[in-house]
Amino acid sequence: MLSLTRVRAIIFKELRQLSRDKLTFAMIVMIPLIQLTLFGYAINTDVRNIPVAIVDQSNNRTSQLLMETVRATQVVRFVQTYQSPEQAKQAIQAGKVRAALVIPHDIQQRLTQGRPLAQWMVDGTDSIIGGAITGLQQMPFSLNTKTANGQPAVISSDNKFTVALYYNPSRRTAVNIVPGLIGIILSMTMILFTSIAIVREREKGNLELLINTPVRPIELMIAKITPYIFVGLIQVGIILGLGALIFDVPINGQPHEIVLGALLFITASLTLGLIISTIAKTQLQAMQLTFFILLPSILLSGFMFPYEGMPEIVQWIAEALPTTHFMRMIRGLVLRNAELQDMWKDGLWLALFTIIGVFFAAKRFNKTLD
Amino acid sequence: MTDVVIKANRISKSFGSVQAVDELTLNVRKGEIYGFLGPNGCGKSTTIRLFTGLLTPSAGSVEVLGLIIPSQADQLRLKIGYMTQKFSLYEDLTVTENLTFMGQIYGLKGAELKQRCQQQLNTYNLGRLSKQLVAGMSGGEKQRLSLAAATINQPELLFLDEPTSAVDPENRREFWEQLFDLSEQGTTLLVTTHYMDEAERCHRLAIMERGKLRADDTPANLMQQMGVNVVEVQAPALRSLKAKLVARPEIRSAAQLGTRLRVLIYTRIQQPERWIKNTFPELSQAEVAIARPTLEDVFVSVTGGD
Repeated sequence: MLSLTRVRAIIFKELRQLSRDKLTFAMIVMIPLIQLTLFGYAINTDVRNIPVAIVDQSNNRTSQLLMETVRATQVVRFVQTYQSPEQAKQAIQAGKVRAALVIPHDIQQRLTQGRPLAQWMVDGTDSIIGGAITGLQQMPFSLNTKTANGQPAVISSDNKFTVALYYNPSRRTAVNIVPGLIGIILSMTMILFTSIAIVREREKGNLELLINTPVRPIELMIAKITPYIFVGLIQVGIILGLGALIFDVPINGQPHEIVLGALLFITASLTLGLIISTIAKTQLQAMQLTFFILLPSILLSGFMFPYEGMPEIVQWIAEALPTTHFMRMIRGLVLRNAELQDMWKDGLWLALFTIIGVFFAAKRFNKTLD
Repeated sequence: MTDVVIKANRISKSFGSVQAVDELTLNVRKGEIYGFLGPNGCGKSTTIRLFTGLLTPSAGSVEVLGLIIPSQADQLRLKIGYMTQKFSLYEDLTVTENLTFMGQIYGLKGAELKQRCQQQLNTYNLGRLSKQLVAGMSGGEKQRLSLAAATINQPELLFLDEPTSAVDPENRREFWEQLFDLSEQGTTLLVTTHYMDEAERCHRLAIMERGKLRADDTPANLMQQMGVNVVEVQAPALRSLKAKLVARPEIRSAAQLGTRLRVLIYTRIQQPERWIKNTFPELSQAEVAIARPTLEDVFVSVTGGD
C-alpha cells in the first residue's frame, strides 16, 4: 500500500529543492504580482482618448459648448465629423471610430424641456469602452447663457445623453477581471510547475534511479503535487489581496468557500500538469504543452469573452478545461456572494478531474521502460 | 539454486527490428562480482534493465533473488541497489539530505535512518562533506555518494552501470576496494564496464557483443582458453606490416602498442615465433617474443567474429 514515509520523503525533498531554486521561488511571487499589475492596468476601465465621431445637426453655441465639455473630459477624442447618424454608424461598424456623439437639431428646445440633449452611439463589443462612455453621464455641464427669467440654466446630471450600445447590450464589468485572473495565473503557474516536475527528474537522470527504488507511481504523483498546493494558495492570497487593495474588487464571498474552491482548481491544474509531465520528454516540450493548454484557458474559459457568446462546439472545448469551471465558480463566489453549494457541478467536475487525472498520470508513468 | 542470485534463461529483447539482447543465458552466484564487458550499445544496459524488471523480455525467463521478473519486480526493488552510469542523485540537496531521502524511500525512519546515514557517511568517507551541496562536489566524491546511496538499504544485490566512467584511476582503485568490501560481506555485484583493467578485477566475466554472450568465465580461464597465442613483434614500418599480417588466415588480429605489434596467432600454429619469422622474411632479424595474454586479447579474440 501507500507508504506515508516515502510520500513524506518526496514532499520534503521537493520543498527543499524549491527553496533552493531562487528563480522558481521568485516566480511564485512575481508572476501574480507582475501579471496582475499588467493585466489590471491594461484592462483598466479608466480609458482615455477613445477615437469618436461627431454628428452635429444643431451647430449652434449650445452644441459647441456640449462638444467642448465632452472633449475636456479627455475620455474621448473627436477624430471625424459626419453629416448624418447613418454615416456615423457605418464608421463605427467599419471600426474607424469606437463611438459617435449625435447632437440633434433641436438641442435648444431639449435644453429648456429637460430632455436628453444628445445620443451616444457606442461600439459595445468592448465592454470597457461602453462603460467609459456611459460614465460621461456624470460629466458636469452648465450653460452660461441666461434663460428668459435671468437664471443660469442647470441641467440635471443624469439626463445629458442617451446611450445606445451596439453589438453587446449586456455590458460586463471590469471587476470580472481580477477573480478571473486567479484562474489564469493559477493555470499558468500550477500547470507549468508540475508539468516540469517529472520531466526535470527525467532530464537530470534522477528518474533512472527512482524507478529502481520501491517508490510507486501513485506515491510519486501525490507527493509531486502536494507542495505546490501551498504555492497555489499563496498566489490566490496575493491576487485577491492586491485586487481588493489596488483595484477595489469587492470580495463578497465566504473566505473558506473561496479557499475551498481555489483548492479544487489548484489540484485539478496540478494534475493536468502531471499528465503533461508523463507525456513530455523534455522540459521544453512540457513548456510547449503547457502553453498549448494555457491559450485556450485564457481565450475560451470566459475570462476574455463571455462563455455564453461562444459557438456550441467551442463551448464543449471550454467545458474540458478546468479553468472554465473555475472561472464560473470563482466569479460567483467572489462577486455574487454565491454559495459553493450553488456551484456544486463545477466543484464536483474539478474534484473528479483531479482524482481521475492522478490515477491516469500514475498509470501513464509506468515504471517499465518498454 | 540456493546460491544462484540471477538466473537468466535464453532471454531476448528486441526494440522494433533491433535485437538488443539475443538468447542470453547466464547464472550469477551469491557474493560474486560479476562483470559485464562489452562495447557501447552491446546490450549491457538492456540486460541490466531486464534483470531489474524495467524491461520485459521478448522471450525467455529471468529469476532474480528467487523472484520472477518482471512480475515480482516490486518486491525485488526493496532488496537491490542500483547505481546509474550518470550521477542521478539530487544536485541541489546536500550529501546528508540525499542519503536521508534515499533511506526514507527504502522505508527507513527515525533512529535507524539516522544510524544508517551515519554509517554510510563513515564507510564512504563522506563525513567531512555531509552538509555540502552535491552540485559543488568532484566526480570521485559524487561517485562515493552514489555508492553510499545505492547501498543504504543494505541490498543483497547491487547493480552498477559503468560506475567509474566519470572518475580518475586513483578514485577508481579506491572504489574497487569498496566493492570488494561489499562482496566480502555477501553482497552480489553486477558491474558493467568497458575498461579492461576493471573487468579483470571481477570474479567472473561475461563478454557481450551485439546482444550476444561471447564468453562467460573467470578472467583467468578466459585468458587461458583463448585459442590464440600472443606474440609481440618489434620491427620497423609497423603500419604496413600490420596490414600484411592480418591478411593471413592463421592470424586472428594484430594491434599496435607503441613500437611493438601485438599479434594473436591461432593455437593451431605450434611454434608461433618461428612460424611468423619464417612466413614473413622481413621479420627474420626482428625481435619476436611470446607475451602473456591480457583481457584485451581475450576481448579481441572473442568479439568481431561472425
